[in-house]
Amino acid sequence: MKMRVHVTLKNGVLDPQGKAIHHALEGLGFSGVNSVRQGKLIELDLDDSVTEAAVEDMCRKLLANTVIENFRIERA
Amino acid sequence: MKSAVIVFPGSNCDRDMAMALELATGRVPEMIWHREAELPDGLDIIAIPGGFSYGDYLRSGAMAAQSPVMRAVVRAAGRGVSVLGVCNGFQVLTEVGLLPGVLMRNAGINFVCRDVSLSVANSQSIFTSRYEQDELLTIPVAHHDGNYFADRATLDRLEGEGRVAFRYQEQVNGSVNDIAGILNAEGNVLGMMPHPERMIEAAHGGTDGLRLFEGLVGRVLA
Repeated sequence: MKMRVHVTLKNGVLDPQGKAIHHALEGLGFSGVNSVRQGKLIELDLDDSVTEAAVEDMCRKLLANTVIENFRIERA
Repeated sequence: MKSAVIVFPGSNCDRDMAMALELATGRVPEMIWHREAELPDGLDIIAIPGGFSYGDYLRSGAMAAQSPVMRAVVRAAGRGVSVLGVCNGFQVLTEVGLLPGVLMRNAGINFVCRDVSLSVANSQSIFTSRYEQDELLTIPVAHHDGNYFADRATLDRLEGEGRVAFRYQEQVNGSVNDIAGILNAEGNVLGMMPHPERMIEAAHGGTDGLRLFEGLVGRVLA
């Protein structure tokens, strides 16, 4: 079983990498991009016995820093 | 006076830190590898040095915070042992929960490596007693993820309790309230991004960093 964890910065937290990507897109001539936020995708290959609650625990303890980041778990 | 330096794969300021501790304590510190689950008995000072522990994978300091040695460091801090985290060490201390907040990517994105001007925001701590209140120091920084962030309630608590130890006097990395270093509530844990261990001899361009180590030794002995 595979699960994907999407880690994103919380709203309001400055994302300098996202800003740099935004500038680069503008430099390439793409218009209409209002803002860019960058995150992480972590793919977990898990035994069937691993519960979603356990994955959530992994997120809170290591995969995301909940001071600044949100996470979303998705079955792949 | 017994001190130790924690060494992770990717630490690169561990020997500088050891030199500073040796100069201040008169005794060679023990170097403790990250897989050790126990620390030597009778430690007075534990230093977590700068570098790129575990390659800064996932987030700076996140992997190191989960290493066996850090569980022992957290227990030691709870017993009142003095813990100093510099640069990557500061990141590890926030990730492990000994200090609040988080160090994010520098607001300007670039790696910053230069001398900066700091002010001593609290000269009453065991780490800062050799400095004057509001004294200006010159200490180098070298980091990519030094942008200190904490929520409003945490910041109010840090400021209200005098737990901001050092403040940048110039825009360096986007840190909220120009915070360069903070203390825990008990005052025995300090995390800071600038590198005092790189300012301990005249040949470094100054000795402003040495007084932190000397002061710490003096206060721990007292």
